[in-house]
Amino acid sequence: MTVESLYPRLEPLLAQVQKPIQYVGGELNAQTKPWDDVAVHWALMYPDAYEVGLPNQGLMILYEVLNERPDALAERTYAVWPDLAALMREHGVGQFTLENHRPVRDFDVLGVSFATELGYTNLLEALDLAGVPLHAVDRDETHPVVVAGGHAAFNPEPVADFVDCAVLGDGEQVVGDITDVVAAWKDAGRPGGRTELLARLARVEGVYVPQFYAVSYLPDGTIGAFTRTRDDVPAQVAKRTVMDLDEWPYPKQPLVPLAESVHERMSVEIFRGCTRGCRFCQAGMITRPVRERTITGIGSMVDTGLKATGYQEVGLLSLSSADHSEIGQLAKELADRYEGTNTGLSLPSTRVDAFNVTLANELSRNGRRSGLTFAPEGGSERIRRVINKTVSKDDLVRTVTTAYANGWRQVKLYFMCGLPTETDEDVLEIAELATEVIRAGREASGSKDIRCTVSIGGFVPKPHTPFQWASQASAETIDHRLRVLREAINADRRLGRSIGIRYHDGKPGIIEGLLSRGDRRVGRVIERVWRDGGHFDGWSEHFSYDRWVAAAADELAPFGVDLDWYTTRERGQHEVLPWDHLESGLDKEWLWDDWQDAISEEEVADCRWTPCYDCGVCPTMGTEIQIGPTGRSLIPLTPVGAGPRPAAHAH
Amino acid sequence: MARQPDGPPPPPTVQKLRLRYTKRGPLRFASHRDLARALERALRRAQVPMAFSAGFSPHPKISYMGAAPTGAASEAEYVEIGLAVRCDPEAVRVALDASLPPGIDVLECVEAAEGTGGLAERLDGTRWRVDLADVDPAELSAAVDQLLAAKVAMVAKRTKNGTKDVDVRAALVSASVAGEAGRAILHVVVRQVTPTVRPDDVLAALAAVADLHPPVPPRAVREAQGRLDGTGEVTDPLEPDREAGSRCQGEPQPV
Repeated sequence: MTVESLYPRLEPLLAQVQKPIQYVGGELNAQTKPWDDVAVHWALMYPDAYEVGLPNQGLMILYEVLNERPDALAERTYAVWPDLAALMREHGVGQFTLENHRPVRDFDVLGVSFATELGYTNLLEALDLAGVPLHAVDRDETHPVVVAGGHAAFNPEPVADFVDCAVLGDGEQVVGDITDVVAAWKDAGRPGGRTELLARLARVEGVYVPQFYAVSYLPDGTIGAFTRTRDDVPAQVAKRTVMDLDEWPYPKQPLVPLAESVHERMSVEIFRGCTRGCRFCQAGMITRPVRERTITGIGSMVDTGLKATGYQEVGLLSLSSADHSEIGQLAKELADRYEGTNTGLSLPSTRVDAFNVTLANELSRNGRRSGLTFAPEGGSERIRRVINKTVSKDDLVRTVTTAYANGWRQVKLYFMCGLPTETDEDVLEIAELATEVIRAGREASGSKDIRCTVSIGGFVPKPHTPFQWASQASAETIDHRLRVLREAINADRRLGRSIGIRYHDGKPGIIEGLLSRGDRRVGRVIERVWRDGGHFDGWSEHFSYDRWVAAAADELAPFGVDLDWYTTRERGQHEVLPWDHLESGLDKEWLWDDWQDAISEEEVADCRWTPCYDCGVCPTMGTEIQIGPTGRSLIPLTPVGAGPRPAAHAH
Repeated sequence: MARQPDGPPPPPTVQKLRLRYTKRGPLRFASHRDLARALERALRRAQVPMAFSAGFSPHPKISYMGAAPTGAASEAEYVEIGLAVRCDPEAVRVALDASLPPGIDVLECVEAAEGTGGLAERLDGTRWRVDLADVDPAELSAAVDQLLAAKVAMVAKRTKNGTKDVDVRAALVSASVAGEAGRAILHVVVRQVTPTVRPDDVLAALAAVADLHPPVPPRAVREAQGRLDGTGEVTDPLEPDREAGSRCQGEPQPV
């Protein structure tokens, strides 16, 4: 089969849109394969703008893993902005991939990675632009199989009508299994059509096919039960877990865009999973157990990645990077290796811990000292016990002061607002903290030229966490608390000038809450919003709260539920949750107990260093914690500055 | 006093290289900022020993000049880079060309010669070629004649600070038409003025004075950039460096 390139028809349109470079492909390390050389064609989509989607690690990993297979190819596609979408509709140009501008409609599989629920309307827009029916049941065997992955796929019920499958957990291995199933089915002449293909996929571990599960509802609107509609699919679908990350050193050749992106650096994932047990954190709950990459594995990924990209900054990613068992040695040895090369190393936001300042000093030795970010998350010691992110106020002030004393001028502090049991007083303590930090910091650094930025976001309860039962704070509550916080910070002008505050209003959080803990009935709201022109919901200039509220009121009324029912309503212990048949490994009883502990402000320790507290993941999934130290060290490679160069010449 | 990072200052620039490169194919949609990012990363991959500015945020010494607009292709973009270690210009050209994406091709690299003046001052004109699909050369010719006959041709340009009127006719050095039925080709030489007159502006002027409205977005290529000579031709801006370089190496001077 020959697949036409849409580029000749797309090109005249590109002259008329903003930032056309994002649609032409040709990035460094992009891969292309002849269409007819492989059995299975994957289009991988990140459902947001190119500048956000391109740096996504998950998509980059799967892109390489799939393209390394001789029987598969993978190309990428991103959400197109409204200016181009309108021209594409006018000129009949479908959603395309970047590598060869092939129509998404012609691929076997469309894999969509949902890091956030706010990408759902962009999926509908892409399906529509691609000419693929919105509803899974309306597709035939010539349409791509639409597969959702990413953290939001742990509750795919709101998009159950639009996706054919959802994949739970790590993607590295399961994409291969899906490829095998699709290849065998195509090779056998597509027996049983699309339904048979989906039934085969439903038997792949980690793959959930919503259309084979029926939902019943009770008179009060809650879910009665999930029932299989076929005997040959599992009653419970369990997540996938990749063990031994050193065997999966991806991405090896990170993509480097010409266009500007949100992360102008390469990233190396130094471990996956987290057992800190922060109760608000869905990522920390669903990615257990902790699996570390070894120091040598990390060293070689940094080396190959830098050579392949030319980036001058490397982010050492994970959910809590300073917790890597060899982080101190890693920081020192990487800084030694890149001495004199203007290569910066950085950690994402870290826990509040003086050791992390030492780490940051070491990592920034060769590059730019931009700023340090800590994430206390909760304003008061009390609320930090509730969320299980314990740090005392004194430690916090001491740590930040140490950072200023070490020459860091800019410290960012991340907080959440609207946490369970929270009062105005908890949030107001953020103001006290910030002013104290500035006062102590000016003293310690002997300078008034220091800044503290408080970044605060509304908390959204997520599935598979102890807060999955919690009442979400209303938008009014969030807005009220943010207002009193701003007033408190600005009360003392002399200190307030050194404190910046960044926040979002509470409205987008309510919609994220609806989509996070929603069920299948919410799909009608998503579709209605998209039909009314909604998309790019993660962008304040495109997000319309009023449109969502109106659509929710109209579409949910026939079911006797509403927006509040999904968001601000606290759930009972025995309510069937829309994701109960999807297995993250966490024991529901343990989650409930942890929820009760949260309310009574009791903490739980990290199981890396203390005995197992039976969250359930390891025994259920047959996994275990994988941590060092390995005792190895980085081989002193040829210092980069002394590497091969264009021949110098004597003059 | 401004704060300074600890440690010695970065090594100084010991050599300046001047490069001509292209923007071809789909990469014509790259903006000048996209190109700058691509070039800086390619320099790192190719391990060209760049000189860096001092301070907390050291930047490689690169001077960009006269970038072609987003959407326009180019055969003649120029940049000057400062090196901390002397290198063979041709070796740098080859290494950099290999590490840049296809479409950004480094065509020339010469050492900046002392005393020949800045490169930016030598870029005072551009020769553009504009392809107009579904336009007949005769129709275009008539429109161009009208534009050349006009005393002024003001068009409104969008700039950072709102719109600004610019006289396209004053910047237009010459214009000629070629092509075949249904595919006209416009060649124009435009003088560098502020704000810059680009192919879009020439087309806007043709629309204003002669009501010419191409049905398909025209495609522009910058064919040459350099100093305008007495006859209105665009001359090679790297020639003074090349000339000085060959003298320096003891080769016979041109007669």
